[in-house]
Amino acid sequence: MTGRMVNISKRWGFHGVAALKDASTGYKMVMGSFVLLALAGAAVGLHGLLVGYHHVYGVTREISWGLLISAYIFCVVTSTGLCIVSSIGHVFGGEAFMPIAKRAVFMSIIFMFGGFGIIFFDIENPFRMAIWNVFSPNFVSNMWWMGTLYGAYLVFMVIEYYFLLEQNHTLSRLMGFFGLVVGIAAHSNLGAVFGMLHGRPFWYGPYLPIYFIFSAAMSGGCAILFFTTLGWRINPEIMNQRMERSVKAITQVTIFLISVIIFFTIWKIITGMVSEGKTLVIMSFLTGDYAINFWVFEVFLGMFLPLYLLIRSRGNNFNLILVATGLMMIGIFFMRYDIVIPGQMESVYHSMGVVEAADMLKYTPSFHEIMASIFGLAFIGFAYFAGEKMLNGHQLEKHEIVPDSGYICPGCGAIHFMEEGETEEDAMKRHHRIW
Amino acid sequence: MKFPKINFDNLKNEGTESVTAQERRKFLKLGLAVAGVYAGGKILSLTSIVGTAHASGGGVDFVKKYPYNPHYSMVIRQTLCIDCEKCVDACKSTNHVPDYGYRTRILTKRYAGTLDKQVEFIPVLCNHCNDAPCVRACPTRATYKDPITGIVRMESRKCIGCKTCMLACPYDARYFSPARRAVDKCDFCWEERLSKGKKQTGCSAACPTGARTFGNLTDPENIVYKLVHQLEEKVWVLRPADDTKPNIFYMKGNMRSVDNILRQHKLKYSEAEKS
Repeated sequence: MTGRMVNISKRWGFHGVAALKDASTGYKMVMGSFVLLALAGAAVGLHGLLVGYHHVYGVTREISWGLLISAYIFCVVTSTGLCIVSSIGHVFGGEAFMPIAKRAVFMSIIFMFGGFGIIFFDIENPFRMAIWNVFSPNFVSNMWWMGTLYGAYLVFMVIEYYFLLEQNHTLSRLMGFFGLVVGIAAHSNLGAVFGMLHGRPFWYGPYLPIYFIFSAAMSGGCAILFFTTLGWRINPEIMNQRMERSVKAITQVTIFLISVIIFFTIWKIITGMVSEGKTLVIMSFLTGDYAINFWVFEVFLGMFLPLYLLIRSRGNNFNLILVATGLMMIGIFFMRYDIVIPGQMESVYHSMGVVEAADMLKYTPSFHEIMASIFGLAFIGFAYFAGEKMLNGHQLEKHEIVPDSGYICPGCGAIHFMEEGETEEDAMKRHHRIW
Repeated sequence: MKFPKINFDNLKNEGTESVTAQERRKFLKLGLAVAGVYAGGKILSLTSIVGTAHASGGGVDFVKKYPYNPHYSMVIRQTLCIDCEKCVDACKSTNHVPDYGYRTRILTKRYAGTLDKQVEFIPVLCNHCNDAPCVRACPTRATYKDPITGIVRMESRKCIGCKTCMLACPYDARYFSPARRAVDKCDFCWEERLSKGKKQTGCSAACPTGARTFGNLTDPENIVYKLVHQLEEKVWVLRPADDTKPNIFYMKGNMRSVDNILRQHKLKYSEAEKS
């Protein structure tokens, strides 16, 4: 047993439970508080399951998707995004993106589990789902495809992660490719779960499936930056020149993706203002009930402040990146909430002008819903902190694709190739024109 | 292959005299069908045959054929509704609907500046759409169109409780029932009444004014058929833009022509049928 542990430790960089014991008291307290939160969340969620969700949840017949679905979407969006952004490196061969692959894939899996944990408390009969998804599939249902594809996505990501640990880069690349394809299919299907409900004008249309993919990529870039810079605060040793270069590249991509989402949001607002079915919701964003959510969290914290801070950081001020992406994660959570809840706030009978549907529908998350969401999010938090210690900051001697006769330049962190009879130093000098 | 050369400039105008009366009638008929003049407006184009294209050529055929047999349907004559809620109570007791849910309800619409009345009541329920969005949305086929009657029904044991159908429904006709551990909805009283040989739903039997009329749209002798297939009074469906092809039809229902239809109907069918 011990022999095997040593073996895995060497090959996978797996430091085991011992690494947790060696952690500082503060670190243990952080992990402990996440464990306590997750346990409390699970306990409250199970209580809801026992007494019946309709007694304890704030969702109603009209607003039947609430905070839990928003939190689930936040998790799976981030998971898909981590997969998309990290695939630039370890699937498509963008060198600068390679060093973050292991942490990104690990967190992608963790976010997926967190999301599934949250939706477990939303679906009324989760156990039936396992049976009837298989025995009575409805191939025209987006919900069916979403569940099935996300299941496949998780399997691919786990296999990919195993091969990343094993340093089998051919197979990890293949699995990463399948994971990416299935992940994008699953995620755009999640957009289509909303986008194909033609009775709900705020959701209906091709906008959401497309938006979800770009939004996921933005969340992924943000999450990688956040977890990498936080990992650097935990253990400064994880940062080396290659990692710095990687953070810089991802900062650039994230800045680009935030701009894309700003563009998406602007047109969502402008087109919505002239559409009969959407105006009420759009106006509630601009001046109504959701104005704080929209302006403060979604626009300021989720887009403009991180955009400014990330540009200011120049990709090498890690503390600033940490603050920017941390705020952005909060903003992104509200972005998800602002897709799910406002889409339901206008009653289907509102346009008929009847008394019963004159007012916008209201929803406030209940204590049980908040705690069940915290269950998933705290699990993710705990798994992250435990992972940083147990997997030694996701470092490896060589966890990226270095072709034969190539080597990692100590100067710039890129992969250089040696010509015949050349030493590494000669190659570096040639590459960087140092004579 | 050679094409014959046609000199269009020298073609002679044949004039309308050469068109036979039959052809002319056919042409006009097609135009009426396209414009949706038959049966009081656009209704019949909304109840087209599922999965069957009817646009080319035989534009008139589809009014004669409905996708289900018996094709259950309800006509709601809005003006007759007095908001007594006997239908809602009958529905609750017939189908064991819990207090926190409802399968049918009555909406109130108020008017200002009208001379005859200031308020109108609109009963709403599941529209048993031919293109039901809920059926498409359900991941496990727990909700389905009954292949014979066209009723949108639930197979409760398959329901996973994801609530997508509740949001897919443009008529807010669904709610989650913890007692059934499944989403519950109107099934035209199939479980409790129709399958046991009764001819009326709980709500239509309880309605004291005849605002709710339930019947079979494929039977030309049926009152529902007669109410829908008339030109005098406008018939409409709720939220037609969603293109779900609903089977609940609405009309005002206080015109003489409809009264005549009803009087004839009463002579044929006795009141005893209602109970």
